[in-house]
Order: sequence, then C-alpha cells, then structure tokens
Amino acid sequence: MDTENGADTVEGTSAVIGISFGNGNSSIAFPANDGKVEVIANQDGDRSIPSVIAYVGEDEYQGFQAKAQLIRNSENTVANFRDFIGKSYAEIDPTYSHGSAHPVEQDGVVGYKIVMSSEEDAQPEFISVAEIAKRHLARLKESAFDFLGKPVTGAVIAVPTDFSTSQRQELTSIAEAAGISVLQVIQEPVAALLAYDAANAGAFPEDRIVLVTDFGATRSDGAAVAVRGGMYTVLATAHNYELGGTALDQTLIDHFAKEFEKKHGIDPRTESVRSLAKLAAEAEVTKKTLSASNSATISIESLAGGFDFHSTINRLRYEMLARKALDNVALFVAELVKKAGLDVLDIDEVVLVGGSSHTPKIASRIESLFPETTKIASPATSPKALNPAELVARGAAVQASLVQEFEKSDIVESMQPVVANAPHLSKPVGVVLGGGSFATILEGYTAVPIRRSRTFTAPKEGGDIVVEIWEGESEIVTSKVERPKENGDAHEDDEEGNFDDDDDFEDDEDDEERKKVVKAGTKMADVALKGVKAGAQIEVIINITAELNVIVAVRELGGQVARGEIEGSEIAK
Amino acid sequence: MAATILPPLPADRADKDPFVSYSHLSAFTLRAIEPVGPQYLSHARRALRGRTWSEDERIQAQINVKNVEEESVSEDEEAEDPIMLSRDPKDWKGQDHYKVLGLSKYRHRATDEQIRRAHRKKVLKHHPDKKAASGSIDDDGFFKCIQKAMEILSDPVKRRQFDSVDEAADVQPPGRKSRGSFYKDWGLVFESEGRFSKKHPVPKLGNEKSTKEDVDFFYNFFYNFDSWRSFEYLDEDVPDDSDNRDNKRHTERKNKAARQKRKTEDTARLRKLVDDCLSVDPRVKMFKEAERKAKEQRKWEREADTRKAAEEARKAKEEEERRRKEEEERSKEEKLNSKKAKESAKNAKKKNRRLVKAAVKDANYFVDGVASASIIDSTLDDVDLILEKIDDTELVDFADKLSGAKEKDAVKAVFLEAGAGLIGSGKVKETDFKSIRA
Repeated sequence: MDTENGADTVEGTSAVIGISFGNGNSSIAFPANDGKVEVIANQDGDRSIPSVIAYVGEDEYQGFQAKAQLIRNSENTVANFRDFIGKSYAEIDPTYSHGSAHPVEQDGVVGYKIVMSSEEDAQPEFISVAEIAKRHLARLKESAFDFLGKPVTGAVIAVPTDFSTSQRQELTSIAEAAGISVLQVIQEPVAALLAYDAANAGAFPEDRIVLVTDFGATRSDGAAVAVRGGMYTVLATAHNYELGGTALDQTLIDHFAKEFEKKHGIDPRTESVRSLAKLAAEAEVTKKTLSASNSATISIESLAGGFDFHSTINRLRYEMLARKALDNVALFVAELVKKAGLDVLDIDEVVLVGGSSHTPKIASRIESLFPETTKIASPATSPKALNPAELVARGAAVQASLVQEFEKSDIVESMQPVVANAPHLSKPVGVVLGGGSFATILEGYTAVPIRRSRTFTAPKEGGDIVVEIWEGESEIVTSKVERPKENGDAHEDDEEGNFDDDDDFEDDEDDEERKKVVKAGTKMADVALKGVKAGAQIEVIINITAELNVIVAVRELGGQVARGEIEGSEIAK
Repeated sequence: MAATILPPLPADRADKDPFVSYSHLSAFTLRAIEPVGPQYLSHARRALRGRTWSEDERIQAQINVKNVEEESVSEDEEAEDPIMLSRDPKDWKGQDHYKVLGLSKYRHRATDEQIRRAHRKKVLKHHPDKKAASGSIDDDGFFKCIQKAMEILSDPVKRRQFDSVDEAADVQPPGRKSRGSFYKDWGLVFESEGRFSKKHPVPKLGNEKSTKEDVDFFYNFFYNFDSWRSFEYLDEDVPDDSDNRDNKRHTERKNKAARQKRKTEDTARLRKLVDDCLSVDPRVKMFKEAERKAKEQRKWEREADTRKAAEEARKAKEEEERRRKEEEERSKEEKLNSKKAKESAKNAKKKNRRLVKAAVKDANYFVDGVASASIIDSTLDDVDLILEKIDDTELVDFADKLSGAKEKDAVKAVFLEAGAGLIGSGKVKETDFKSIRA
C-alpha cells in the first residue's frame, strides 16, 4: 500500500526546489513541510550530482553514470560546462575540458562535437552548451519529480557572484526551456548564508560580518558579506579559477603516478587518456576518504601497461603534498579580507562552502588566519556544521519557499535596483556610557531604513541622566600585554563583547595583542531625561529613515519619553 | 550590567532642551542588498509600499491577527453527540474517528495540523483529571476514544486504512428520478470517489461547456481508476493465542480473502457508478448527436462527389450511345449505296461484256465469209481472256470504243489495242492470244 499520507497528496500537487548548478557538481533541495529544507537524492541515491552529460550511442547519461564514462568514452562526455553558459568562444577557458569533450565553436556558439548515434559510420553532431545545460537541468528536475512525486512548479537557482547579467538571463532561458520556471536567480554565497540562518529556525540572524569561501571542483569563490538585521550585503568578492578540488586531486595524481612509474617504469599520466582518467577518478575518491579518515588506500586494476596499482596514503602525507594548494587557499582568503577593506578582526564568522571544504586542512588553515573568536563553520571544525556541498542548494530552497507564494511580477519588482540599492551606514551609531566607553546600537554597513533599540540602566541613585548619541570609530589597537593580566581583560571583554564587537586576539608566540576597539567619534545628539527612578531601565530607540533622518527616542520603561530628530545629512539630499 | 549604565546629566546641560542635536550622520555608502531572505522581503515590502518601519509593523500585525482569527473561526466547535460520548472505547473499530475529534466536516481533507489541534482541544476538554475534579470518577471512556482516534489519524498508514472504509465521506449518487443538477450531484460523487486515486490530479466532472476531450479523459480516468483503497480495517481480529496456530492462520486466510473480495466489489461498484453516470450524462448524448450529424454531413459531402461523377458518367454514356447510333446509320447507308453501285457496275459490266461479245459476232469473228468453228472458238477464247483480265474502267473504255467502231477492221483494231494494253501491263502474254493478234 502506498504509505504516503492521503491528505498530503491532495493538498500540495506541486513543489518548488532550490538548484545549485555547479561546474563540477549540482544539487537540488526542497522545503519540507516542517519548515526545514531537505536535499534530494537522485535516482542513483546521490545528493551531490556531477554536472556531467555523456552519450553512448543514442543513450544519454547524467551524473555519476556520465562521470564514469570519462574513462572509456571521454570524447562524448561533457563536463565542466556551467561556466561556458552565455559566453562567447573567445571568453571561455577550456582548461578543465582536457579529459572530456573539448568545446568547439559553430556559428558563434560554444558547443561540443558529440557522436549521438549507435550507427557505425555516425558522424559527430554539434550540440551547444545551452542544450547540454538544458538537458542537465531537465534531468535534475526529473530527479526532483521522482523524489517528491509531484511536478516542480518553480525553482530558485544559485549562481556564482561573477555571473554576468547576460549569463543569468541565458541560464534563466535555458531553465525555462528545460521546463523549470525560474522564480529567482540568487548568488551562491548568500544562498549558503541563508541556509545557515534558516537552520537556526526562529532565531533572528545576528549582526555579523561573514566570509563565505566556496571551494568547488574547479574554482574557488569568496565573498565578504555583512549581515545586518537579517539582510545580506556583499562587501567584496574574489575568484580563483585555478584553485579547487581538481588542484587537490592533481597533487594525489602526481604522487601516485610517480609511485607507479617507480615500480613499473610507466607514467600513467602520459600513457593514455584512459589510464589518466582512471587515476583521476580514484584519486578523487581517495581525497574524499582522507577527509573523513586518517588513511586511505587506492587500488586500480590495470592502470597502465596491464599493471594493477595498489597503494596507501595517510592524511599527513597528503596534506604535505597538497601544501601548495593549501597555501593558495590561505592566500586567497587573506586577499579577500584585504579586498573588502577589512581586518581579520572584523570577520565574525567564516562559512566554508563547496565539496572541497570537507578537507580538514582547508578548515584548519583558514582557522589559523583568524582570531579565536571567529567562528569557522565547516564539518572539520564544528560538528553542527551543515554539509558544505549542500549549503547552496539548501539556501536556494529556503528562498524558493519564501517567494513561492508571490506573483512573478512581485518578485521581479522586489529585486529592482531601486529597492535593493540602499544607503548603508559607514560608521556605527551608539551611546556613550558612564565610563566613556561606546555601546553600539547600529553597526557599520547597516542598510537604512532601520530601527533598532537597546536597553540601558540608569545609575543606582537615579535622578537626571543624559543619553549621548555618537558615531563610533573603530580602530585596531596593538598593545603589549602580560599574560596573567590579560586573562582578566579577556573576561571583561567577554561581557562587553556582546555589544562592542570587541574581538580579542591572542597570539601565543609574542605577547602582543591586537584588539579591535570602537571609540566614540563624533557626537550627534544628546537627550536629557530628568528625575529617573533609581536603577530604571532606559530604552534607546534609534530609527533611521530612508532620507537618513535619525529619530531618537529615549524611554524610561513605564515612564517618561523624550524624543528628537536629526535632519538627514546634506549628502542624502 | 555594569557596562550599560548611563551617565548622569552634567550640570551645564540641565537648562537646555531635552533634545539637542550636534551633527548629521557621516557619509553613507550606497550598496546593493542581496535580494534574499525573509528580512529582505519585508524591506522590499516597506520600500515598495512606502511604509515606515512602525507603519509596516502595525499593518503586518493586523494581518497576522486576522489570520489567527480566521483560523479560530474556521475551527468551530462541533456539537458532541451524547451517544458518541458514552461509547465503549473497546469498540474502537466502529467509531468515527473524525467525529470523535470534531473534524467530521473535513474528514480525509483534514491536515495533520488540524488533527493535532483538534486532538489537543478535545483532550483538554475531556481529560479524566478534569472530570474527576467535577466529581465523576473513573469516567475516562471518551478520553480513550479520543486517544484511539488520534492514534489512527496521526499514523499515515492507519489513517489511510480508516479513510478507505470511511463511509461517512461517501457521497451517494443521485437516483434515476433525481431532479437536481446532473453536474452538481454527480460532481460531488466523483469528487468523493477521487479521494482514493493514486494518480493526481483527479479530473473533475466538469459542466455542460466541457470539451469532448475533457469528458473522454474524465470517463477514461474513472474506468481505469487506480485506487489505493484497501480493507484491512474491516479485518476480523486475529486471535493472539500462540497455542492455536491453525485457528490463527485460518482467520488470517479468511481476512485476506475478505479483503480481496471487498476490493473486487469496490472496483465493480465504481464501474457501475461510472456506467450509471455515463448513461445519464447529457453531454455524452450531445456529443453522440453532434457526431452523428457530423457523420451525415461528411457522408453527404462524400456522396456529393460520387453523385456528380455518376451524372457525368450517365451523360457520357448517352453521348456515346448517340454517337454510336449515328455511326451505325451512316455505315448502313454507305453499305446500301455501295451495294447499288456495285449492282449497277455489275450490270454495266455484263452489258459491256455482252456488247463486246456481240461486237465480235457482228464483226464475223474478224474473218471474211463464213467463219469456221475453230476460228470462232479461238476468237471467243481470246475475247474471254481479254474480258477476264481487263479491269472495270478499261472495260468501260473498251466497250465505248467498240460501240463507236462499226467496221470489222476497226473493231479488230480496238480488240488488238485492248490486247496490246493487257500485254503492256503484263497481265497477259502475247502468245496467249490465238486469233486476235496483229
């Protein structure tokens, strides 16, 4: 008997999904009934579906089945084609098409020459990248349909931050051709963040600056994102088209190839396309194993010259071999921070995305770049972390669930630059407290209009008080500190830390402490409140309108209110 | 919270206004917010509708309140049947679980959330502790019914089994003499039957404007109905005593057979239902009528061609006939004419021959005095030869010349000439002539 709940099928006859369309792998997720998001496994049970399409005669294969064809049938197997969408032949970089069908140009369109017939004298036919992408997306849609048991009515697709407007449009029309109604095209790093924020169901996303680093199969992307009031603003992006899982695979390929050559005198990398493809496939499996366990074995039958290959490698050895690639990871992240005009102390969290983020060493290398207070979200550093390979699809599905009720025109309207572009505060706004310290109410990079309140305490004796509204200035203070005293400081900082965003960074090697301090900069206004009860709670509400008028209201809880307005600055007008 | 204590009002500030502003916000940077996440959607709503933060908060709160109200209104209390309240919980198979939870309006359409909420409400109302507080001890019969209903309805498998046999959700088909609207009455029947379908969406009966395709699809769907309905719920209890296995197995077998039988009956029932509906469906009659008319029209059109062809063939035949008759008459006439000519030619020939023979006799066989028998013989032989060989036109000419010549010698000359003519044309040799020679 069909165990599906009767009421369920009657109710929802359609579904929305989130699609992460990667160069190497794709994944699909859907919003489940209980507000959670689940990743869909395809017919073969894979959640991370290789973006590969292969043709054997008239048969079309996709996913792992197609990837397996890279060994025997590489010229009729298309891989790594996502980045070619919407680009001209002159613009594409076919480096990663070595082991698969090579892109060719015909009538100004990038495509491939593929044999798509089982007849003996069949000639290769031209098939465009758009057609390949369409078939891949159609397969993904089919997998979602098979899993959900109801037709997919809409999808949110995530793309990298360097996807141009024309590429987005091209992708949208390809998806529509594949029968997928595109609700929205969103950026991958933001999708990943959304996935994390949605996983903390109910809790309002806290204000923080996050570095989203996406280590994919063939490329790495990074974005510095300010999260303010649950809204995401990308401050800077960085891309590296050489760094990725393939680079890590390559170190293993080289290592094993040398070992094989030593034994048998044959280099499998140059022996034949087939032996290279076999080695590459197994090297990738070994790499994945090393992410989970300390050592891995590799064994390939008839690798080259009829010799079998069997070997073991431990994680330490692998990390040494991959040092260059890992150094590049660290460099990439450091450069991203610099590009965003930030300091490592400004970064509250690093979110690792992409399949390669499973590698523990990548996480620990990134961790070592940042102060201890910076959260690193990756499976190697935090047991609660979500699967980095699925983050983007999850985020897209979350967004799909949010916008599925909307009319398409409403979504388009909401995405217009006039709505999306908003003035962002360049400096934090807060209150100067009794001790002269600065208590932040609104962080820098906050988009306006915004309203935020914070509660303070009146002095013990009560009486007249003043609430001074200042703009803050953050600076990095370097100071020599003695160890025992420092511990005490750290404790105090922790108390303030919730509000002041004071990141303390302790370096074990020298006793130098770099600290981010927010000081009062320019006084904007003050509000006097007379005859306050002893120890009363004072709520300070700052409301900045779209015209950059600052409305301040100070309220004694259960008592008097004083308010005033600062006119918007000249620049706003 | 030592760190959040506000400073006291300085003495030189006390006499001023409660609010004094000193400077504006410093320069802002224009950046793009990523259009994702719930907060962005509220931001967009505020921006697009031109609401301020507080206005938006208020409006959204109102909408939420409205939604909550609507929800609570829609979940009106259902009156509880006193008979139901005194049910024996042991007889749970006979109880209407939806009714127990106060969901008889929704039945198979009730969502999990509705069931959960209804259960909560009923538990609060009928909890034994509450009853004990009001004096009645050990009155937990209906509470047990509620728990059983929840057990069934919260388990998707058990709920389907119950839904399968939930007769209260069935809609009876209208009778033959029903005066109600066909579409309304039967539409409800099939909507209720459709709940058992494995395939979704289930097509609707439609209305008088439905196309033939839709109607055909509808009937085909229900004739090939793929139902998840099963009848485990009506199983006889399998005895749980381990000492009598045979008895247990017998009951199991009986149950299985009963399920199968019920399933078959249900399929037959649905088939009959569809048959009945089809037989009274005005659209089917309409389509049949339309089809018949279309067929006739087509036939008429098709026959128009053959009719025309037949007409043409008939005309052609007549024409042919007419031509043939004319031909016949003409040839008859011609024949007649030629016969006469032949006759006259023959007569003329005879006459000429007679004339030739008479001319020979008149010329005394070209000898002077009495001709001997041998000469007469040879001369006549020669004349016969000439007459035999000579053709008709020459004969006429020959006879003409003979009638002109009276003298014996002149006649002979004519004969000689004719003989020479024949010799010249190679019909006769000179030696053939015995007496008529030069």
